[in-house]
Formats: sequence, C-alpha cells, structure tokens
Amino acid sequence: MARLRAPERERTLLPSEEPLSLLRKDGSPVEDSPLEMPDDDVLVRLHRHMVIGRRFDTQATALTKQGRLAVYPSSRGQEACQVGAVLALREQDWLFPTYRDSVALVTRGVDPAGALTLLRGDWHLGYDPHEHRVGPQCTPLATNTPHAVGFAHAARLKGEDTAALVMLGDGATSEGDTHEALNFAGVWRTPVVFLVQNNGYAISVPLSKQTAAPSLAHKGIGYGVPSVLVDGNDAAAVYAVVREALRADGPTLVEAITYRIEAHTNADDATRYRDADEVAAWLDRDPVDRLEAHLVSRGLLDAAGKRALAEEAEAFAARVREQLNADVETDPAELFAHVYAEPTTHLREQAAQLARELA
Amino acid sequence: MTTGTTTGTTVVSMAAALNRALADALEADERVLVFGEDVGALGGVFRVTDGLAARFGERRVFDTPLAESGIVGTAIGMAMNGLRPVVEMQFDAFAYPAFEQITSHLAKLRNRTRGRVEVPVVIRVPYGGGIGGVEHHCDSSEAYYTHTPGLRVVTPGTPDDAYRLLRDAIDSPDPVVFLEPKRRYWTKGPLHGGPAAAFDRAVVRRHGRDVTLIAYGPMVATALETAEAAREEGWDVEVVDLRSLSPFDDETVCASVRRTGRAVVVHEASGFGGYGAEVVARVTERCFHHLHAPVLRVTGFDIPYPPPKLEKHHLPGVDRVLDAIDRLQWDDRVVVRGA
Ligand SMILES: Cc1ncc(C[n+]2csc(CCOP(=O)(O)OP(=O)(O)O)c2C)c(N)n1
Ligand SMILES: [Mg+2]
Repeated sequence: MARLRAPERERTLLPSEEPLSLLRKDGSPVEDSPLEMPDDDVLVRLHRHMVIGRRFDTQATALTKQGRLAVYPSSRGQEACQVGAVLALREQDWLFPTYRDSVALVTRGVDPAGALTLLRGDWHLGYDPHEHRVGPQCTPLATNTPHAVGFAHAARLKGEDTAALVMLGDGATSEGDTHEALNFAGVWRTPVVFLVQNNGYAISVPLSKQTAAPSLAHKGIGYGVPSVLVDGNDAAAVYAVVREALRADGPTLVEAITYRIEAHTNADDATRYRDADEVAAWLDRDPVDRLEAHLVSRGLLDAAGKRALAEEAEAFAARVREQLNADVETDPAELFAHVYAEPTTHLREQAAQLARELA
Repeated sequence: MTTGTTTGTTVVSMAAALNRALADALEADERVLVFGEDVGALGGVFRVTDGLAARFGERRVFDTPLAESGIVGTAIGMAMNGLRPVVEMQFDAFAYPAFEQITSHLAKLRNRTRGRVEVPVVIRVPYGGGIGGVEHHCDSSEAYYTHTPGLRVVTPGTPDDAYRLLRDAIDSPDPVVFLEPKRRYWTKGPLHGGPAAAFDRAVVRRHGRDVTLIAYGPMVATALETAEAAREEGWDVEVVDLRSLSPFDDETVCASVRRTGRAVVVHEASGFGGYGAEVVARVTERCFHHLHAPVLRVTGFDIPYPPPKLEKHHLPGVDRVLDAIDRLQWDDRVVVRGA
C-alpha cells in the first residue's frame, strides 16, 4: 500500500486527512493524486457497469411498487463503490456483500433474478455462491465480516492466492463483529478488504450519533490495520484503492464517503430525518455523471456510445422485468430439504404432514 | 469412513478420549483445524487439546484472539472455503457472544443457499456444573441450541461415546454443537474406539422392566447410579442415554417407554421451557396408551446457577430421581388400567 500513504502515515496507520480521489466533481483529473489512474478500458468498463447498475436499481425500486419485490434497499448514488470495488476483484477473489449491494452482485455477474431472490421474499439465496465467488447477501449487520476473514485465512492456509472483499455500512462499524473481524484480520495478516460505504445514515441515524472517531477509517489503527479514506463517488479512485488493497499482504480498511440518494428502502420515509437540500447537494456530486464527463472530455465516450449504452441498460432492465414478472414455482416440500444434509426423520414427518394438508 | 482411528480397548478419562478423537481427526483429514482460546500451548483450560499444537503445528491448532463471535464467524468463513474447523468455547456461558453467528449463520447457511454451501463446523462447549465453578462457568445451555433448526446437538455420557461422537461430529456435513459434560471429564471408562455405530441414535445403557430414565451428558452416570439404588427398592430401571439431543431419536426412546410404561427425564438445566419438556411431550404424544403415569422431569431449579457451596441442592441427584420414580402412580396401576 506504499503508494496510498506517505511513510509517516504508513507508520501510524492513519488515513489521509481528505478522501483520496482521481476525478473532481466535474470529471477533470486531480493533479498529484497518490492513486494510479486506471487504464482507459477500465474507466470505460466502470462507466458501463455504473450505467447498467443504476438502471437495474431504478427498475428494482419500480418493481417494489408493483408488488414484485417485497422490499428493495436502493444503492442509487453509491454506484462508484459498488462497481469500482467489484471490478477491482480478481477472478479468484471473493465478495461478501450485504442487502445494500445488489448492484455489486449484478456487476460481478450474478443473474439479476438471483440477486433479487431474497428481496422478492423467497427463502433462499437465488444464486450459487461458488459460481461467481459471491458470498450470501448478509442482513445481520457486520456478521459477514468474520466470514470474509475466515474465508481468506483458509485460502492462505491452503496456499491459494485469494483475497476477500467485505462490504458494510457506516452503521455496521458500530457492531461488535466489525471489531472482532478487524482484529482477527490484523493478527492473522489476512488479505481482506473491509469496504465501508459511508452513506451518512444507518436508516435514520446520522453518522454523528454512530461514532466520535475522526473518521471511520481511523478505526483500523487500533487493530493494526492500515486504513484508506477515499471519495466514494469517484469510481476510478475506489477501483484504484480496492485493487491495490486486494493485492496487499494483509488487511485494509477502506472508508468510502458516499451518499444514499433514495430512502433506506422503499418502505422508509427519508423526509423524516434529512433535508431536500442535503440530497440536492449530493445529486450534484453524482458518480455516474462524474466519470461520464471525464470519458467525454477524453474522447472515450461520444453521443453514439452513450446511446448504445442506454439501450444496453434498457435491455438489461427489460430482462429484469421479465424475470421478476414471471411467477416462480415454489415447492413447499423444499423447505425441509436443506435444513440438514439429509432430512431427519422428524423433518420427513413434517414434510409429509404439509403434503397431506396441501393434497 | 473414518481412518486414523484409535482401536484396541483402553481405559481413559473422557478428556483423554476427546483429545484422542481430535488427534485422530487431525491425522485423518488435513482439512481439520482446531482453534479457540488457550487451546494451543496450554492445551485448553481442561487440557482437551493437550499436545495437539506441538504435534500438528501452529497452522492447524492455534490460539485466537479472545472473541467468541469472531471465532465462530471466522470458522464459518473457513468452512465455506472447504476446511473443517473444530472450535472450542472455553465455557458454556462464554459461548453466548457467538450466539448470533451460530443461530443466524451457522445453522442456516445450508438452507439459505439451497445446499450449495456447507458449513461443517464443530463447536465444542464444556457445559454443566458439579465442578465447584463460579458464576458463568456452569450453565447447561443445550435448549438454546436444540431450539435452532439446522444444528446438530450432541453430548456424550461416557469416554467411549466422547471419542466416537466427536469423530462423527467432525465428519458430519452439518454444523454440530458438541456439549462436553465438564464434571465427567475426569471419569474413566473403556475406550473401544472404532467408527461410531450411529451418531444420531440414543442407546439403552441399562435394561430394566419397570421404568425408563431418559438422561444425557452429565446425568447419564447419575441415572445409572439411581438404577442401582432403585434395585434395592424393588424397581427394575432402564436407562436411555440420548447422545443426540437434536435430532431426537424417537424410535429408541419410545420403544423403551412402551416396554416399561413409565418414564422420568433427567437433566441439569432448569426445567421451565427446557429440553426435558420437549422429551416429555414427544413421549406422551407417541406412547400415551402405554403410559401408566405422567412422564415426570427431574431438573435443575428455575434459578440462575447457584454458587459452589449451594450447587449440590440444585443438581439432580440419586435421591431426587428416586423420589420421582416413587411418584409414578405405582398404586393406581389397576385403577388407571381399568378406567
Ligand atoms: C444486527 C442488526 N441490527 C439491526 C438491523 C436492522 N437494520 C437493517 S439495515 C440497518 C441500518 C444499517 O446502516 P448502515 O450499516 O449504515 O448500512 P446502510 O443501510 O446505510 O447501507 C439496520 C439498523 C440489522 N439488519 N442487523
Ligand atoms: Mg449507512
């Protein structure tokens, strides 16, 4: 992580005073950034996945209104984190996401219907974690953090070069598991990146009520875990930071400063705890617009390219609609099938009882 | 099936049998890891992991930071990545910080991934009282775990079962909470070794015609003692050792109760909302027409576990179990049958 921190910071493990970035709000490059600007083709891919991710996100929110999804926690405004971090993963690395990270999942290649299966109200995950190396979406806050540490530690014991990326929110940094996991990762020098998407709120509770720390990144110090503070609306910066951290010989805590544009979920009323002005200020720092402006100014994206991408995103949304508008066949008998490797006698009896009731 | 198995009968303590099971499992399968608090150089506060770190090395047997949720949480991650962690919780009540990881993840991951993710983690928990332990060191926490679908909950009553059940637990594709009756750690018994007969089956420890005592873990010895004492009072007592608390072996238990027509469930844990209530309900539902008396429970009182000086009053002993047997409506036999 030498590039990200001056020698003094390396020694003290302190994050930078200001979030690291590569692109300014208007898309112009930051001079003297300690971060390495991703290659042009990476910038183009980051943009493409953010555009598709955002369209996916608005589609999912719309599907809640039609009753096709039971609930949806939008990540609108957080696309630079979701896409930047996931594209930084190597093929062999694992992602440990939360409920907030559906866009990260589809960016990793998980089928949209799979990414939304639990949110649809089904009982199972909807995708095979091993297929895309994506752990289960995790709702009990911060409980995925020790899973990521254990997973990466096991990889190391087996002599495999696999790192883990675990996502969590600002609120989740107050949970005990975050601290236990950081501590284990520090002691074991486990290759895990803890990506805190600091979107300012834990449902309604602002960060000021969550912590007295100067920043969430500061929390790494006590565990001997180097920390990085990054502009979470700058996809190029998030990519650069996470990419380097995943290749480091040990853990990194990354705090990405971002904002949740929508309410906590479709069931939440954000007007009860935050002002429209605040939201407007963040809309002005939109992560997709920022990278788009950069690509256009560099001649990496033109009007035709934008149109083609918009069409691709529309087609993606249409597929999501189609998948979610189809009624799924659910088999109540399967509720008993995976509780144990082999259903117990007891469960077989209960399955038979339910079958009789349904006959 | 299991290799690296200890064979040839010897007489050992339960702690030594468990140690041997861990050693044989580590030997047999390189995916097996043992970790927890003080399990390395010290060999665990009860010495169950004695010598394992020296023999198998720090990569496979190691001390962790002091954080139970972290221990179980990282074990889950390791199991997701193909290893077979066996973790130690130092004492029963100190497993509670890991409760969320156990109930929300360990127990559910197979189900919520439709069987695509297995988490074959074994959580060893020394449990129960009778060792003069101070507060938080003597809980019988089995009901918290048996109430959670997806977990297997196992507890041995003899050194031989300790060996075989632990080998089976480590081989099991399901997560197992392995409850070790700490007051029986130093009790010796024969160790036959070899693969277990049936991991989730109860066993009749002693045959008798008049009444079935249903016990597990630390109470198996108490039940057997009671059976001896009862002989002098003219009762021929059968003792069933459950071994697997979840899943529950209805077949073995009910077959016994149907033979004897009377049953008493014995456990150390508090009775209210306890494991014994489930056993009574199951037996009553399945054996009602064979019963000559209500199925009774002899349990700890519904109080926080008492201090060393007073624990003898709390723990079910031979006299209390004999009293329960005495209350099984022996005199009403004809009346009840005729009614
Ligand atoms: C252990 C636990 N406690 C409470 C909740 C209920 N809950 C769900 S999301 C949430 C807020 C989390 O905020 P944050 O970590 O900042 O993530 P964000 O939702 O902002 O992405 C709460 C309190 C939960 N899921 N898990
Ligand atoms: Mg938040």
